[in-house]
Amino acid sequence: MTTSTISRKKPLNWRRIGAWVLVAVALAITIAPFLWMLRTALSSNSALASNAGNLLPADFSWGAFKRVLGLQTTEEAIADGGSGAAINFWLYLRNSIIFATITTAGQVFFSAMAAYAFARLRWPGRNKVFAIFLTTMMVPPIFTALPNFLMIKNLGLLNTMAGMSLPFLFMTPFAIFFLRQFFLSMSREVEEAAMLDGAKHLRIFFQIVLPNAAAPIATLALLTFIGQWNEYFWPLLVGQDENVRVLTVGLSVFKSQSPQGALDWSGLMAGTLVAALPIFLLFIAFGKKVVNSIGFSGIK
Amino acid sequence: MTSRLGDLKIALFFIFPAVIGFVAFFLVPTIRGIYLSFTEYSILGEPTWIGIKNYTAIFADELFWNAMGVTLQYVGLNIGFQTVIALGLALLMHRVAKSTFVRGALLLPFLVANVIVALLWFWMLDYQLGIVNEVMSWVGLPRVAFFGSEQWAIPTIAFVNVWRHMGYTALLIFAGLQSIPNHLYEVANLDGASPTRTFWSVTMPLLRPVLVLVLVVTVIGSFQVFDTVAVTTNGGPVNASRVIQMYIYQKAFGESDFGYASALSVILFVILALVAFVQMKFLKGNESDLD
Repeated sequence: MTTSTISRKKPLNWRRIGAWVLVAVALAITIAPFLWMLRTALSSNSALASNAGNLLPADFSWGAFKRVLGLQTTEEAIADGGSGAAINFWLYLRNSIIFATITTAGQVFFSAMAAYAFARLRWPGRNKVFAIFLTTMMVPPIFTALPNFLMIKNLGLLNTMAGMSLPFLFMTPFAIFFLRQFFLSMSREVEEAAMLDGAKHLRIFFQIVLPNAAAPIATLALLTFIGQWNEYFWPLLVGQDENVRVLTVGLSVFKSQSPQGALDWSGLMAGTLVAALPIFLLFIAFGKKVVNSIGFSGIK
Repeated sequence: MTSRLGDLKIALFFIFPAVIGFVAFFLVPTIRGIYLSFTEYSILGEPTWIGIKNYTAIFADELFWNAMGVTLQYVGLNIGFQTVIALGLALLMHRVAKSTFVRGALLLPFLVANVIVALLWFWMLDYQLGIVNEVMSWVGLPRVAFFGSEQWAIPTIAFVNVWRHMGYTALLIFAGLQSIPNHLYEVANLDGASPTRTFWSVTMPLLRPVLVLVLVVTVIGSFQVFDTVAVTTNGGPVNASRVIQMYIYQKAFGESDFGYASALSVILFVILALVAFVQMKFLKGNESDLD
C-alpha cells in the first residue's frame, strides 16, 4: 500500500529535494538580513561592539526605537552609545506620507483619465500621441532631473511639497500604459447604452469605467505608493529642508551626521525598520496583489 | 465633421493633465537638457553658449572615463549575477515552489527602499562589527573592508543590488515560464529529451522575448545606480565607486557645473538608448530557433 502510493508519485526524487533545499537557501538569504536588522535594533549600542556575532539581541533594549521615535533625551541617547545625532522621525514620517499619497493619488487619477482617452475614445492622432507618451518611458530620470530641478528652483518651489510632488503628479507613461490595457478589455455595451452625448463621458468614466477597473487601479496605486515611498533621488535634490524632508533622505542624513566609526547602529537599524514598516504592512495586507501584478506589469 | 474628429473635444479634456505633465516635466526638460549641455552654466548666472566644448572636455576627462569604467564594471557584475540567479530562482519557482508565499518572500527586498537596503548591508558588511566579517573570521578568512576598499567597493555594491533585485527579476522570468505551453514539455519528454536538453531547446528559446525585456529593463536600470552608492561609499574610496550618475550629481550639485553635468547626462541618455536598441535588435533577431 505504502509502496504503491510512493510509486504512483513521481519517482523520488533527489532532484526535488535538492530543489527545495535551494528554495530554502534562497529564502534564508532573503529573510535573514531583515531579522538581523531587528536583532540590531533591539540591541544596545554599547553592547554591539563586544557582541557582534551573537544571534540574539546584545543587551536587549528598546532604546534604539525610543531614540528614533524621539522618546529619548540626547543624554540618554549618548549614554546608550548613540552619536547624539537626532532624527526627526515623526516629521519625516508625516512628509513621506504626504509626498507618497499626493503623488500616488494624482498620478493614478490623471493617468486613468488619459488611459480612458486612449482606450475608449476615438479621435484623430490617438495612437501617435500614445506612442509619444510611451517613448518617454525610455528617458532616464537623471536626464530630466537636472532641468526639472532648475525649473522647480526658478519657480521658487525648492524645499516645498509642491516642488517635490509636481513632476510625479500628472502621469507616468507606465501608469497610462498599465490602465489602458484594462480599459481596452472592458465591454462597450454598458457604455454605449449610457452614452448620449459628449458630456456623458465624465459620468461614464466615474460611474462605469473607474468602478469596474477598481482592482487594477488599486494594484497600480499600491505599486506607485511603494515606489514613491522609496523615492530618494528627487527628494534629495529638491527636499533637503527639514520641513519637507522625507524618510529616505532623513535616514541618509542621520547616517552621515554620525562621525565615522561611531555610527549609531542600533538607532539606524531601528530607523530603517520603522521607515520600512508601512511597506511591510502593505505587503502583509496586499502581498498577493503585488506579487501577481509583477508578472503582468513587466516594469515597475 | 463630428464623425471625423470623433470624441476629440472630450478626449482633449481627458488627456489634458497628462499632457501638462508630459510637456512640463518630460518634453521641455529634455529639450532644455540638450540645450544646457552646449552651455556653460553655473546655477547663479545665465547659461552661455559654448558649442561642443563640454563634450570635447568630457572626452579628455579622466574622471569621466573612470566613471564610465566603474559603471560598466558594476553593470557587468550586477547583470551577470542577477540574470543567472534570477533564472535559477524562476526555474525553481516554476518546478517546485509556485506558492505566493515563496514568491512574496523573495520579492520583499525589492519593495524596501534602496536607502534602507543600502544601510542594512552597510551594517552587515561593516569591517569591525558586521556579521559577515564576523562569520568570515570564525571560518578563518581574513576580514574584508567591503565598502572601504577600492577593489571591493563596486563588487559589493553590485552584490547588494543583486540581493535586492533577484526576486523581482525572478518573478518576471517566472511569468514568462508560466506562458510556455505544457504540451511542449510533454512532447520533449516523449522524445526522451534530457532535462538539460529540454531546457536549452524548449525553455530558453521560448523564454527569449521575456529575457530580452528583462535584460533591457535591468541593464538600463543598473546604468543609473545611485542610491546605494550615495548612501554607502559616496563614490569613494578615491574614485573607486564613482558611477556615472554619481559623477553627474557631483558636477551639478557639488560644483554647480550644470552645463557639464547636462552634457554628461546627454551622453548617458545616448548610451542607454543605444543599449536598448542593440539589445532589442540582436537578441530578438534569432527569436524563433524552435521549429
